[in-house]
Amino acid sequence: MRGERHPPLVERAIVQDKAYFLQMKEHPYLSLFSFIVILLVWEGVSRMAWVPPLFLPAPSAILSEGWSMVKTGAIFKHVFASLSRILWGFLIACSLGILVGILIGFFSIPEAVGNPIIAATFPIPKIAILPLLILWLGIGEASKVAVIALGVFFPMVINVYTGVKHVDPLLIKAALSLGSNRARIVRKVILPSILPMIFAGMKLGIGIALLLVVAAEMVAADAGIGFMILTAADLMQTKKLMVGLIILSLLGIFFNWLFQRLERLFIPWKQ
Amino acid sequence: MRVLIDHISKVYVDRRGDSTEALRDIHFAIEENEFVVVVGPSGCGKSTLLNIIAGLLSSTSGQVIFEGISTDSRPRTAVVFQEFALFPWRTVFKNVVYGLEERGMKVEEQVEIAQKYISLVGLQGFENRYPHQLSGGMKQRVSIARALANDPLLLLMDEPFSALDAQTRTLMQYELSRIWEETHKSLLYITHNIQEAVFLGDRVVVLSRRPGRVLDILRIDLPRPRGEGLTLEKRYLEYVDAIWSYIKGQAREAMEEEG
Repeated sequence: MRGERHPPLVERAIVQDKAYFLQMKEHPYLSLFSFIVILLVWEGVSRMAWVPPLFLPAPSAILSEGWSMVKTGAIFKHVFASLSRILWGFLIACSLGILVGILIGFFSIPEAVGNPIIAATFPIPKIAILPLLILWLGIGEASKVAVIALGVFFPMVINVYTGVKHVDPLLIKAALSLGSNRARIVRKVILPSILPMIFAGMKLGIGIALLLVVAAEMVAADAGIGFMILTAADLMQTKKLMVGLIILSLLGIFFNWLFQRLERLFIPWKQ
Repeated sequence: MRVLIDHISKVYVDRRGDSTEALRDIHFAIEENEFVVVVGPSGCGKSTLLNIIAGLLSSTSGQVIFEGISTDSRPRTAVVFQEFALFPWRTVFKNVVYGLEERGMKVEEQVEIAQKYISLVGLQGFENRYPHQLSGGMKQRVSIARALANDPLLLLMDEPFSALDAQTRTLMQYELSRIWEETHKSLLYITHNIQEAVFLGDRVVVLSRRPGRVLDILRIDLPRPRGEGLTLEKRYLEYVDAIWSYIKGQAREAMEEEG
């Protein structure tokens, strides 16, 4: 045996899990902890006056400003003004978007007519249309609702159209073979099939609605969160401005939560 | 009632104007209460034929004629698809009553009929489940119940067990055999599986590879009810062998062409 090459000394090699990192660990406390740390650092920076409070007020100061606005009720006028604009614009956009999306998705003539119009108008930033809308509809509520409706309409119509195009043709065949006509297929097959896409469109739409309501209120308004933020900036009331931003963040979070709940309620067949 | 498949041909023409001949002069009949199986190699236009008979596709020439029925409306068929085609937003019960809803039937009648067929396919207790909560075999049972509940003049099945694993498939063949013996619906069954064709059918129509032509029609003289023991019997195996001798050359050509 001597003089021969020996095999390596390892007698056993144990297989290691090379894909262990794919099972992402959850860090539930870290999220909360880091959030609090950031707030504390921010508070400290402001308290030490490293940054003038006019530029960056402390979180505690913003909070107490917000609380006093709640107590006097001054804040509700703005929130309700913005919310009602969002609501109307959103409702109009969703109902029109679903209707038009189904029409152009399922019927060939509306598709041929509607597609180029949508392709041409979709890329225009909706805020650029606001002056035209003001010209047509006046400076009041109508033009603001209209710009929100326009902004939400496009993601909705495109989502619904895509959804209709991706309805499983086999389900349509099954419905046909069980005696459905075209109108009933729209109601009983297309509509439930596209519900997830409708909710996706609503989630996209609500972000756009928040953006547009603020922009429209900054152009011309006497109430609303956008108006409040703009006047606060003009008067160097940074705390009040920050309160406006926090409200927008909270509204966004709230709507997301709401749509998730509604989605679970309306789409019980998805796990 | 008799369904005549009267010299059906189908040529697909694509956008570039290239044409593919899928079916050539298919001619046979399905007698009342008969279980007819169409078997053929892959790509022989079996599903095309089924879709034409179901009224979901137009033929290039030839007609499907339901003889001996007095109705102005379209003759009622129902299809069981390979991929189940259950409505995912409807529970088992709501899937089964779909066709009845479309006919405007009273709810009490719907419930009665649905219960009858749900228990026929052995799904009692699963009425309120959604399709995603069921196994493949159970999904296909729902689909069969849905088709039968619609009381079709002709039941059409398009490779209904091909998406199932081999064991479930075998069990479902026994199940279907039992269900058919209880209902005796006129049935057209499409498959590429020769054993399945012989096990289930009263007659087997053998199609050639594309363009699909009728190579032969065999009457399967095996006693019913058919069950487990049948697949070991000499006569069963002879039928299987006879059909395989038609198909193997066709299947090899098809395989080499695709490869």
